[in-house]
Amino acid sequence: MKKRTVIVLIALVLVMALAVSGCTPKEQPAANGQDGAKEEKIKVGFIYVGPVGDAGWTYAHDAGRRYLEEHLNVETTYIESVPEGADAERVLTQLAEEGNKIIFATSFGYMDPVINVAKKYPDVIFMHCSGYKTADNVGTYFGRIYQPRYLSGIAAGYKTKSNTIGYVAAFPIPEVIRGINAFTLGVRSVNPDAKVKVVWTNTWYDPAAEKDAAISLLEAGADVIAQHQDTPGPQQAAQEKGAFSVGYNTDMKQFAPQAYLTAPVWNWGPYYVEVVKSVMEGTWKSEQYWGGMADNIVDLAPLTELVDEEAKKAIEEKKQEIINGTFKVFRGPIKDQKGELKVKEGEEMTDAEMLQFDWFVEGVEGTI
Amino acid sequence: MNSSAITVILSATIIAGTPILFAALGEILTERAGVLNLGVEGMMLVGAVAGFSTAVLTGSPWLGLISAMLAGGTMALIHGFLAISLRSSQVVSGLALTIFGTGLSGFLGKRYIGVSLKAPFVKIGIPLLKDLPFLGPVFFRHDAMVYISFLLVPVIWYYINRTRPGLNLKAVGENPSAADAAGINVFRTQYLHVFLGGALAGLGGAYLSLAYAPSWLENMTAGRGWIAVALVIFAAWDPLKALLGSYIFGGLDILGFRLQVLGVMVPSFFLKMLPYLFTVLVLVISTSRRSKYVWSGPGSLTKPYYREDR
Repeated sequence: MKKRTVIVLIALVLVMALAVSGCTPKEQPAANGQDGAKEEKIKVGFIYVGPVGDAGWTYAHDAGRRYLEEHLNVETTYIESVPEGADAERVLTQLAEEGNKIIFATSFGYMDPVINVAKKYPDVIFMHCSGYKTADNVGTYFGRIYQPRYLSGIAAGYKTKSNTIGYVAAFPIPEVIRGINAFTLGVRSVNPDAKVKVVWTNTWYDPAAEKDAAISLLEAGADVIAQHQDTPGPQQAAQEKGAFSVGYNTDMKQFAPQAYLTAPVWNWGPYYVEVVKSVMEGTWKSEQYWGGMADNIVDLAPLTELVDEEAKKAIEEKKQEIINGTFKVFRGPIKDQKGELKVKEGEEMTDAEMLQFDWFVEGVEGTI
Repeated sequence: MNSSAITVILSATIIAGTPILFAALGEILTERAGVLNLGVEGMMLVGAVAGFSTAVLTGSPWLGLISAMLAGGTMALIHGFLAISLRSSQVVSGLALTIFGTGLSGFLGKRYIGVSLKAPFVKIGIPLLKDLPFLGPVFFRHDAMVYISFLLVPVIWYYINRTRPGLNLKAVGENPSAADAAGINVFRTQYLHVFLGGALAGLGGAYLSLAYAPSWLENMTAGRGWIAVALVIFAAWDPLKALLGSYIFGGLDILGFRLQVLGVMVPSFFLKMLPYLFTVLVLVISTSRRSKYVWSGPGSLTKPYYREDR
């Protein structure tokens, strides 16, 4: 009997220890409206595909949400880690029922759920990120992240010694392919001998798999790693192997200070303010917004001291040309992997063509 | 492919195989006591999150490791209570433990997603040994947890096959009534090894969150617990064969990206399927009547022991 009591006690203590270790205080996402508040705040809802602490895609959107709260008198709510699919429809309905007037759906896979729920709530405005379906109360928005990606390619092109750059990519879809192509064009604009090796992970968010994919590229001779992934895993792999890295989504310097060069980053805040303002003023219209560096919705994170002076100068120059519109990333001549001319000298790819990218430019090693 | 490329791949294979190896060694101890615990995946996840949170809060990966073992062991005791004391179905209880562990770890780990670990396990080369040609880079340039797994394999083999408590363990697993009659405390033996099995599974999970990734992500074991369960059958309940098996299955795990880099397009889904396919094959071979090789588990596996029926 005694022994049994001891065992039960030990078990209890262990369970308690476990529970306590998981009980650090959590910040409440949105405080409830105070009773004394005089005017009613407009409510804005956000639905995220990942956790807000991911240091990547969702983190960037959440930074935008916080920016919105600071700059406008609104009340925001967010629901994180919502899988794309049937769950999304339920969560969107819930947000609409709770009285949110504007709902930002921040992942491609929310497209059909948004359209379905929008039909049931004609008074609510839905903004869907990265999709292509619109309705009277559904608009889409996205950023030309390929512009800063091109610039980050210049940094990588100068940095590589082995002329092999690794690129850890999520899914073979036009958005990712466009990014790889822009990056490669940037690399080869300053280093025509360099090639970009691509490995697909088939996941947006998996630190272990992303890191392992980066390691496989480093083993194959890459000395700079770029990524279209949502965790700093590839950055850490590069640092461990003494290579360099280009991040994505947010400034990832803190995760790999000895490897990190720069990152194409999102800056959603000002755009969110603009959209909510236009709704408040009644000037909002359904549109397909695709902003670039000139609109400040995308940018290149500050270049670290690991970037060569020469590269810094070249990047700054090109950045100005992109902002004032004299330089276009996808302007011919552009050849594909087989060396066939796809975009003729002087021609520019249209937005529609860019949104349907299904081929790699010359210099990319990998298959779609 | 030159020899350095081979050593790099073998070295990565060992890293990928290590979490599976820990969990499989644990499951061998558990099953040798006659208890089947299908909760490995859940125990690994709880171990991973407990280890990670402790390491973040205390700054010490070693404390994280201890916490992971205790957490995994505690989870296993739940199964032990149901399977040994209440004599419920071990299959149902184990499955419940996996589902419970998946949910619990996700719940506890929510606020640790995206948190970076200041002091993970880092790679330490073993002096002298690390400079051996070929063997050095493959075996002796890893982190402390890999070396622990190297040591555990012979230790557990020796324990099971050459020590008195180990022989008692085997006796309990084969025939608990006979063991009981010989004066072995069946329940204590079973509880102890169920706990040890859980602790090792927790260690396997902690390897992912403290050394491999190192970070916490919901469901980060991604089926490795199930591979470990399958591996125990594949390895015929033998720690040495489990070592070999873990590296084979770990190798399949890392092969996907390497083949992509080499330009060989094998769908990653196909490679993910192979460990289970191998296990099915082993089961088919081992249960066929013509098989001369004895490939069966401990005699009393999954059978609850009723002392009164003796």
